[in-house]
Amino acid sequence: MFLINCPFCGEREQSEFKAGGEAHIVRPKQPTELSDDEWAEYLFMRKNIKGIQFERWNHAHGCRKWFNMVRDTSNDQIKAIYKMGEKPPVK
Amino acid sequence: MKNKYSIFSLIKNAFSYHENWQKAWGDPKPKKEYDIIIIGGGGHGLATAYYLAKKHDIKNIAVVEKGWIGGGNTGRNTTIIRSNYLWDASAGLYDHALKIWEGLSQELNYNVMFSQRGVMNLAHNLQDVRDLKRRTHANRLNGIDAVYLNTEEVKKFCPIINTSQDIRYPVLGGTLQRRAGTARHDAVAWGYARGADEMGVDIIQNCEVKGIKRNGDTVEGIETTKGFIKTKKIGVVAAGHSSVIANMAGLKLPLESKPLQALVSEPVKPIIDTVVMSNAVHAYISQSDKGELVIGAGTDDYVSYSQKGSHDIVEGTLSAILELYPIFSRMRMLRQWGGIVDICPDASPIISKTSIKGLYFNCGWGTGGFKATPGSGDLFAHTIANDEPHKLNAAFNINRFVSGDLVDEHGAAAVAH
Repeated sequence: MFLINCPFCGEREQSEFKAGGEAHIVRPKQPTELSDDEWAEYLFMRKNIKGIQFERWNHAHGCRKWFNMVRDTSNDQIKAIYKMGEKPPVK
Repeated sequence: MKNKYSIFSLIKNAFSYHENWQKAWGDPKPKKEYDIIIIGGGGHGLATAYYLAKKHDIKNIAVVEKGWIGGGNTGRNTTIIRSNYLWDASAGLYDHALKIWEGLSQELNYNVMFSQRGVMNLAHNLQDVRDLKRRTHANRLNGIDAVYLNTEEVKKFCPIINTSQDIRYPVLGGTLQRRAGTARHDAVAWGYARGADEMGVDIIQNCEVKGIKRNGDTVEGIETTKGFIKTKKIGVVAAGHSSVIANMAGLKLPLESKPLQALVSEPVKPIIDTVVMSNAVHAYISQSDKGELVIGAGTDDYVSYSQKGSHDIVEGTLSAILELYPIFSRMRMLRQWGGIVDICPDASPIISKTSIKGLYFNCGWGTGGFKATPGSGDLFAHTIANDEPHKLNAAFNINRFVSGDLVDEHGAAAVAH
């Protein structure tokens, strides 16, 4: 368990949040043009990084807003938090 | 040649104060080259090496393990064995494993303490009842023993369950697989290690894989903390770290690695002689031969390799346990731990070739891999040796995420994720 600094509400317990998985997976612009391989890549394939990972989180039991997080998955330390649409901080 | 374990060897060794037992497996230095290298010395990896040597007559095999054998999820799970999965493909896979379990102690000459004490899955709402009845019918069509029990029959089979209808999630019924049960997890790893070692497999511990060397789309070997080892075939059985190995080879897998927790209580006299699982309230419980209650909690919903889970997950499981088994209200918990499980989007495993020649993956077992250990090893060995899947694991290929032919077992996986 760890604390998360929601960009809208401030510091809360992780149990208030819902993890939304890997961030910055771009939705296909033309879904009808996609091959099966590209669909598999978009829907299922994940980097699942051990180390610094970019993620989406939702403050499900709070403001219910989505935001992004940079987190070290090997020790659960949060490196940065930034709002949706903002550029990710450079590593 | 290994000395056979028996009552006579036990008596004989008692005279020398058990200090002269033959080593169960060696501590070899890695050779320059192997025919096949298995990455991951857990139950599945050791079983794969064992069946490669035994059934496919390949002797120049190494198992490389980052830590010590059986020190990962093999030693961290709640040891439940069952095969009551919904779909035909899964029923074939898991029941294949269950059939091997039934003769495993004899085959390995190693007591894996396989105990067919039955596994009961409880229903707590109308949808559970429908799902479990459907699954019972599906199981029976596939030749898997399964019965549906009403509330009174559940109570009769496990009297300590609180079946009163005024609890938050009352017990409305359940299924029972009598051939299911538990086994001693460490013994499974040790038994396979001893068997594989006897047939000449090199088990190399404290040897972490740092890279996979490729020549175009063919593997050439692995870089490890003990140097480069050449090989033509690599079988990856790295559980939670499968994606890490895949990334070294430039592959992406449909996996997310998450912490799954379990805990045991202080040891007490026998009180529960079966395994009871509750999907809806997320609590499952059994009692080890040492007398500890073995309790399985859920996964956290975020990716983590830290082998630490969140406290609220344990709290949620224990509150459900206490409502179902008020008798345990003053029980003290002794130990709690986490393991990193690799979860597939359809809650089914991958036992498959990949787009890289000579690279095979056995992963995605998620929250329930222990039960499949012997079958998984057998089928993965077949897949590696023949460069073709066995018919029992053909459906569990990695291309199902492209074709869309998924094997959705979220219902039978029994751990919500």
